Amino acid sequence: MAEASVLSEQFLRQLTAVGEVDILIGVPTFNNHDTIERVVNAIQIGLTKYFHRERCALINPDGGSTDGTPELFKNASVKDFGMLLTSSPLRTFHRVTAPFHGIPGKETALRTVFAAADLLRAKACAIFSPDSLSVTPEWVDGLIRPVYREQFDFVAPAYQRPKFDGLLVRGLVSPAIGALYGVAIHEPVGGEVGLSGRLACHFLEQDVWEQELTTFGLELWMATTAVVDQYRICESFLGPRIHAAKQFGPDVTGTIRQVVGALFLCLDRHEAFWRGREGAPQGLPLFGFPYNVALEPLRFNRRRALDTFRSQLEQLSPILEGILTPQTLLEVRDASQLSDRDFRYPDEVWVKTVYEFAAAHHRSAINRDHLLQALPLLYRGWVNSFLQENQKADAERIDRRIEALAGEFVRLKSYLMDRWTAGTGGER
Amino acid sequence: MKHLIAQSLNQTLGKFYNMLLLFLPHLFAMLIVVVVGWLVAIILKIIARRLLALARVNTLSEGSGITHILRKADLPPPLDLLSRLVFWVVWIGFILLGLDALDVPALHMQISRLFLLLPQIFVSLLILFVGFLAANFFSRAALLAAVNANLPSARVVSGFVRFIIFLLAIAMALEQLAVAHGTVLITFTIAFGAIMLSLAIAFGLGGRGVAQNMLERLFPQTPAGKEEDKEKTEEIPPV
Repeated sequence: MAEASVLSEQFLRQLTAVGEVDILIGVPTFNNHDTIERVVNAIQIGLTKYFHRERCALINPDGGSTDGTPELFKNASVKDFGMLLTSSPLRTFHRVTAPFHGIPGKETALRTVFAAADLLRAKACAIFSPDSLSVTPEWVDGLIRPVYREQFDFVAPAYQRPKFDGLLVRGLVSPAIGALYGVAIHEPVGGEVGLSGRLACHFLEQDVWEQELTTFGLELWMATTAVVDQYRICESFLGPRIHAAKQFGPDVTGTIRQVVGALFLCLDRHEAFWRGREGAPQGLPLFGFPYNVALEPLRFNRRRALDTFRSQLEQLSPILEGILTPQTLLEVRDASQLSDRDFRYPDEVWVKTVYEFAAAHHRSAINRDHLLQALPLLYRGWVNSFLQENQKADAERIDRRIEALAGEFVRLKSYLMDRWTAGTGGER
Repeated sequence: MKHLIAQSLNQTLGKFYNMLLLFLPHLFAMLIVVVVGWLVAIILKIIARRLLALARVNTLSEGSGITHILRKADLPPPLDLLSRLVFWVVWIGFILLGLDALDVPALHMQISRLFLLLPQIFVSLLILFVGFLAANFFSRAALLAAVNANLPSARVVSGFVRFIIFLLAIAMALEQLAVAHGTVLITFTIAFGAIMLSLAIAFGLGGRGVAQNMLERLFPQTPAGKEEDKEKTEEIPPV
């Protein structure tokens, strides 16, 4: 039964007129004037090309855009389907756009999509990021087909990324989930996701909506909850992921607070599950045809990041003493004193750092928000070490390096379990 | 002569005996009040301890970092500290009540004044405690913000925030006790103003270069064509 209270009157009226659908796609927006038209067209072509017999609806919960995004969403149209190597749609393509109820944010928008999926009895759903520049019609097939035709419940995206892009996910979030939940999800916080109608209803019933999981956090929670509640999960290769630059997006500290904070909250919620899991993470079925294209390499100032790490580490020591064990803190300090050329943040120390932060977060050793703000500096240190070590490596070698790191997360799982209920940093 | 001396001694001893007879009941009353007070204080300490444990004070103080600071200062955890505070406040109250039972006129007035001050002392201690919590919380927030913004001397910024908040708490506590009523407020105002002015002067004159750098970082001038340079200076890849 749909949670009518989640849907605004305006939404409810429009959705009731749509009737039941087979496929529902949600595109939550907030001031995405520059990219929304392209995303909507790609989805429309994708649905026409791959699901032309199905009843489809596209909904747009908008967070109160002031740049005309909802109008663009509604009016975006494909001029000539023939030129795009597809036939014209056989069925009416429903489009619903309305501002959503409650506090603006992705969590409210996603809740609206799930409530709509429940109301329209959708068999398959997908969430698309509104600011993707690299979206293609094939993404619709990649995210919907495994659910609609292969009976999977959750489709995590797999992207091709530039060489050093997404190191927070590849060097912390994904290996930690792999080691603790026993499933190798490469993009647990991807902007796009596919899911079955029954999983959407299951998410809707959870008590997470009023809690502190935000934007990225919710995606991570969806992935881990699907694992914990034993839904069928797979990955789908979508190709390169390029997003429009965000004018007011979170910085490194803000992103770490959201992503890592969500991971730690999920570890709290799913403690019974991950404590009982053992062994190396299992790979997921991968749909799609992985390929590589040359992406523009990322440029950055490694020396400045290293200087920041060195100069600020001592400043932060009083706080780190309350989070890390004396041994780990000593090893981090030792690493910071190495020369630029020899600088290394060893994998073991990095994994222990992450696990000790997770345990301190669980115990609320210090205010949780403060704890998460102490991590970015150490993340800078680790990233620097990773870049130094792999500056001449190709993508394949970097993947192997990440796999080795993931192995370290698995090896030290018992360390996390010991630290989980141990005393605070200063007591050891 | 001898008779007069003996009579005088007799009278003195008699007076002393009478005074002792009059004083002893007061002394016993005082001892009873003190002992009963001690028992009441212990009971209240146990109750306070249980209530504070129910309110998860230790977890909250762990989270706000107070336990860590108390541990560094070789002090017990807040649960112990607060329950001990309850014990001593109650027992000192009973001791003063007991002293009052001695019926010594000179003590009478002072004890009455002290009794009137007790609630204010308690409120002042509470203000200091909350000030301590706030100083610790905000100084840590300032330290983290300064470190993540890569500001020089993050700990100085943090220490300054802690000092100002604690100074404010002390001024408020003294104000509550009505100690040097206006003086404390004026002293605080002058001290705060002086610190701010001296910081502004030091920053403006001594640290002109630093100020310029900070302002340039806070309000970067990014004319068209400079985007590429900005990209080059990203410290780390996107997360």
